[in-house]
Amino acid sequence: MIKVLDHFGKYLLMLGGMFTKPENARVYWKEFIHQCYEIGIGSMGIVVIISLFLGAVTTVQTAYQLISPLVQKYVIAQIIRDSTFLELSPTVVCIVLAGVVGSKIASELGNMRVSEQIDALEIMGINTKIYLILPKIIASLLVIPCLIVISMFLSIWGGYLAGTLTGILSEQQFTQGLIKDFNSFNLTFGLIKSFTFAFLISSISAYFGYYVKGGALEIGRASTTSVVVSCVLILCADYGLAALLL
Amino acid sequence: MIELKHINKSFGTKTVLEDVSWEMQSGKVNLIIGTSGSGKTVLMKCLVGLISPDAGSIAYEGADFLNMDPKGRKELRTQIGMLFQGSALFDSMTVEQNVMFPLDMFTKQTLNEKKQRVNEVLDRVNLKDTNKKFPAELSGGMKKRVALARAIVLNPNYLFCDEPNSGLDPMTSLVIDKLIIEITQEYNMTTVINTHDMNTVMESGDRIIFLFKGRKEWEGSKEDIIFSKNKSLNDFIFASEFLREAKNKRMQDAEASRKA
Repeated sequence: MIKVLDHFGKYLLMLGGMFTKPENARVYWKEFIHQCYEIGIGSMGIVVIISLFLGAVTTVQTAYQLISPLVQKYVIAQIIRDSTFLELSPTVVCIVLAGVVGSKIASELGNMRVSEQIDALEIMGINTKIYLILPKIIASLLVIPCLIVISMFLSIWGGYLAGTLTGILSEQQFTQGLIKDFNSFNLTFGLIKSFTFAFLISSISAYFGYYVKGGALEIGRASTTSVVVSCVLILCADYGLAALLL
Repeated sequence: MIELKHINKSFGTKTVLEDVSWEMQSGKVNLIIGTSGSGKTVLMKCLVGLISPDAGSIAYEGADFLNMDPKGRKELRTQIGMLFQGSALFDSMTVEQNVMFPLDMFTKQTLNEKKQRVNEVLDRVNLKDTNKKFPAELSGGMKKRVALARAIVLNPNYLFCDEPNSGLDPMTSLVIDKLIIEITQEYNMTTVINTHDMNTVMESGDRIIFLFKGRKEWEGSKEDIIFSKNKSLNDFIFASEFLREAKNKRMQDAEASRKA
């Protein structure tokens, strides 16, 4: 318990250390754009693949369970829409991104720490928390929700392809289900989750990478720990947000 | 000038530095030597502010470094260049970008001016046609020279080198030593080198302190080392039979010329 509180305190101090004026706004902007590219474009492929298959599998499995003739076929599309917006895209995709983006951030910072690159920046007079960590957090807050929105559309499209090509339901039925009883708050809720999870993924993995002590083994451990902790906290936040906002 | 007074540092129950005092002079190569675990790297990290000592003071030209406000410390840090043991080059940047980085951060020069300065310092460390290479494509000696170029690109007043010859062959070590000596004299820097390389000690040591188990055991110059009667120092410097014989011969020659 003491160790958890120690980590939490250091984590808050790390976040607090980021609120000072950057040395050179242009250099920081360049680093921010670089991180947007790394996090956004770097994760696009996996997000596309996961989203398409999430939607497709959900369609097939929902159709499998909806055997009652009393339930209209368009309900399948409604279920895909709402489960995608509420849970599948924000949570499942962010858990995958915790592995992809989180491990990348943790191992990059860990390697910089172990090879004294962070010390070199500190000695130059650069606040490494602002230069190395803040651009990653802000880039995640910007890019990950965009990825989630793309995921939502792709997931629904994946569901549409799986449903119509296999004859589970027709195009009209799918479209009818998408439009019927659409609650825009579900989309808002999905975005609120994605912002929250983006912050957790980037800040937690940055924390574990930044404070690595040791060598290659510890970098690997930091990377793994950051992914595990991010995933657990994503799930806790998922429940918390659902309980609070729904 | 950098002045250390009564520096103490412990990690838990282990005392790493005990009552270390020293004055490092401008335009000179000041060496910190000692056995592994004697506290050399910790002392250097205290000097550059990466570690805070438990007691004592560090003064740069009379200004108290440890109690400086953050703005003053930041300003002082732009006058410090450091060459790390592992070079600490930024892996994702080319040689040119690495050396240009301090200029990007702390100057308002145009791109052409920055490129000119980068080429100047790379030329100074005898590196040509490497601007577009990444650190992974460089040899150990080349990495050290790029790191040295990055350390001096802002014309610092103070240059710190943490085991600059680590991992280098004897010939390349001499090249690095020579570069550091020339740059120190050319720019009138206060250079502090942390080493246990005897060639560096004998080639470049204008002022040397020897740390033993965290204490300053001896202080002097490279000329004084030969005639020192300090047992710990002699055991360290003249650990090899070859160097002991060389020392004995030198002392005999000095004795003979004194008698003559």
